[in-house]
Amino acid sequence: MRHIISLLMENEAGALSRVAGLFSARGYNIESLTVAPTEDATLSRMTIVTSGSDAVIEQINKQLNKLVDVVSVMDLSEGEHIERELMLLKLRAEGEAREELKRLTDIFRGRILDVSDHTYTIELTGSRVKLDSFIDAIGRDLILETVRTGASGIGRGNRILKL
Amino acid sequence: MEMTGAEITIRCLQEEGVEYLFGYPGGAVLHIYDALFQQDKVKHILVRHEQAAVHAADGYARSSDKVGVALVTSGPGLTNAVTGIATAYLDSIPMVVISGQVPTFAIGEDAFQEVDAVGITRPCVKHNFLVKDVKDIASTIKKAFYLAKSGRPGPVLVDIPKDVSGHKTEFVYPASVNIRSYHPQGRGDSAQIRHAAQMMLEAKRPMIYAGGGVVLSDSSAQLTDLVRLLGFPCTNTLMGLGGFPANDKQFVGMLGMHGTYEANMAMQHCDVLVAIGARFDDRVIGNVEHFAQVPRKIIHIDIDPSSIAKRVKVDVPIVGDLKLVLTELLEVLRASRQKPDAAEMAAWWKQVDEWRVTGGGLRYKNSSEIIKPQFVIETLHKLTGGDAFVTSDVGQHQMWAAQYYKFNHPRRWINSGGLGTMGFGLPAAMGVQLKHPGETVACVTGEGSIQMNIQELSTCKQYHLPIKVLSLNNGYLGMVRQWQEFFHGNRFSESYMDALPDFVKVAEAYGHIGMRIDKPADVEPAMKEAFSRKNDLVFMDFRTDSTENVFPMVPGGKGLSEVVLAEDL
Ligand SMILES: Cc1cc2nc3c(=O)[nH]c(=O)nc-3n(C[C@H](O)[C@H](O)[C@H](O)COP(=O)(O)OP(=O)(O)OC[C@H]3O[C@@H](n4cnc5c(N)ncnc54)[C@H](O)[C@@H]3O)c2cc1C
Ligand SMILES: Cc1ncc(C[n+]2csc(CCOP(=O)(O)OP(=O)(O)O)c2C)c(N)n1
Ligand SMILES: [Mg+2]
Repeated sequence: MRHIISLLMENEAGALSRVAGLFSARGYNIESLTVAPTEDATLSRMTIVTSGSDAVIEQINKQLNKLVDVVSVMDLSEGEHIERELMLLKLRAEGEAREELKRLTDIFRGRILDVSDHTYTIELTGSRVKLDSFIDAIGRDLILETVRTGASGIGRGNRILKL
Repeated sequence: MEMTGAEITIRCLQEEGVEYLFGYPGGAVLHIYDALFQQDKVKHILVRHEQAAVHAADGYARSSDKVGVALVTSGPGLTNAVTGIATAYLDSIPMVVISGQVPTFAIGEDAFQEVDAVGITRPCVKHNFLVKDVKDIASTIKKAFYLAKSGRPGPVLVDIPKDVSGHKTEFVYPASVNIRSYHPQGRGDSAQIRHAAQMMLEAKRPMIYAGGGVVLSDSSAQLTDLVRLLGFPCTNTLMGLGGFPANDKQFVGMLGMHGTYEANMAMQHCDVLVAIGARFDDRVIGNVEHFAQVPRKIIHIDIDPSSIAKRVKVDVPIVGDLKLVLTELLEVLRASRQKPDAAEMAAWWKQVDEWRVTGGGLRYKNSSEIIKPQFVIETLHKLTGGDAFVTSDVGQHQMWAAQYYKFNHPRRWINSGGLGTMGFGLPAAMGVQLKHPGETVACVTGEGSIQMNIQELSTCKQYHLPIKVLSLNNGYLGMVRQWQEFFHGNRFSESYMDALPDFVKVAEAYGHIGMRIDKPADVEPAMKEAFSRKNDLVFMDFRTDSTENVFPMVPGGKGLSEVVLAEDL
């Protein structure tokens, strides 16, 4: 099953490689991994999207907790949570397609960030499923580039991951 | 007063009460060696290879309750140390390794003797640090010792660039450590402990399976009380030997690949299994699916949550320090009016005793012509009364030592179980002997393993370490030969070593005494003579039967009851 794990870790050189190294050394999947410092500059927040059997996910959580640089871990998928990903796309936008692409972008609540004679550069935020369906709607032929950040997640309501 | 980073490093070791520092110098640690030279509290032991420094620190730690400490230079010094670090990591041994690094301004430039020490060791340390500022040395070393020793122990590396050890700052040693992300569990959950106690009292076919955690946490007394209070059978893993006295009638021997038939059968067929500081290793329970075929309730006590439910499903997990958990468990059991059902226990013991008979116990056919390796270990046991410190290398000799030397005390059996590192035995024995001067330290080895760190005979000479080396020389990489005989149609691919040295001469060349023993009748007299030489290292080259195999054996991938006993062949 797909799990989205959120963690706080020391904002120190090497901390990221400890997490990444753990996943590769133990053969766990990583679908995506995002990381950036938090409002407290000594801490970084990481979101990892992974998949595995219940036993594997349990081990992943335990092994992450065991890393000395990891301050706390939460498996967001165990409760209500929000997941967002940012995607930037460069599309070939020529002739009649230009109107249609603009319309689709509006429907998906995306924004056109940059326009040239032949291209649109679009920003879109949402769940992985939403971003995937946008790509499907556009069709691969028109896509020149995609850049995705991978999911960031946060718990709903009182589910808070803090020091 | 201002001190250099190097002086601070050594002061920190003094503050930590470090007696011995095992090391080897080089460019990146010259400041530290200079600081070492100007004091005499921390004694430095100059090994002949950095791997040996780490194994010696490891042996020192295993035979005491202290942290082992090693010092190596950058680049090749560090890479040589990696095998030792990984060895300590897999067996959860508390250790601090200090490595020199190229100066901070040269890091990343492929400087002379530069390797990414933190990167290379990351997967085989509990934690590691690169110290970039002299102001951080003291607090980092304090943290390193704390991390190494607390919780599930393990090796910690502190990498110190040369300029950092040369810079000066005020020395302040922190009185305490607080790492906000690190809080090892102390007490276990009381409700879970009561639940476990009840389950144990109601068991019909209980089994206690105790591992290295008992030794690491110095909880042998609590374990022994528990086993005797309940009257249950008890087995030890290879790492747990000595954690429960082998001469106790409730001890059923080691379990696992080369464990006794009764231990493995009881493990397989019990209805309540109490795992205490043991991690269900593949050499212990064999095939996981086969093990899971028989339903049983499992209680698992371990300080590391990731050891629990890793390979088998657990019914009652208890996370905590063994000493505290076992103490509380004993209180609960003693306060309870209920006792294990006497009739059920009698029936279960009857079954276990039947397995003892069917399995035939540990046995081999002795000979008056050719030395049987098991006989050498039995003689060692007899002559040392079971009280020696025994270090071992890796192979058949290791298994025979584990089977035939009956350990009644913890921290006497010193071997590499998790990584299985050939070359461990002799350097580990050096650390043990330094920690226990005047005690008997025997290193059981093979002619293959001993050659992986034989240069340490020179270190033994320099520091007058009267280790007794017992080499069970079968002329083969015996454990490899055994697998080739069983599983590869007797094709002994590269498991025979031609051109072995004359070990007697080798020992003599290093300034020690060498003995070659060819006949069974000479085994005991030779050993007596060797042990009477209290101040000498004696290298005993026993020419043993090259065809002997280790039994019983649960072949890799098989279940615990699918064992090959000696007579099956
Ligand atoms: C050639 C060869 C053959 C082998 N054959 C066998 C065999 O037949 N049988 C066998 O048993 N092994 C065998 N081994 C060894 C095997 O590979 C493992 O190393 C060993 O079984 C692991 O022992 P353990 O489960 O006791 O765990 P250890 O590695 O000793 O782990 C200790 C456990 O205790 C926990 N712990 C540590 N401190 C505490 C504390 N304070 N409180 C609570 N818990 C704590 C740790 O978290 C860990 O889970 C063999 C090795 C070799 C090289
Ligand atoms: C460093 C290392 N290399 C290879 C092995 C694989 N190995 C395990 S046992 C063994 C043979 C050991 O031979 P010897 O020391 O003569 O002991 P014996 O089995 O003959 O008693 C080998 C090669 C190992 N454990 N460690
Ligand atoms: Mg051999």
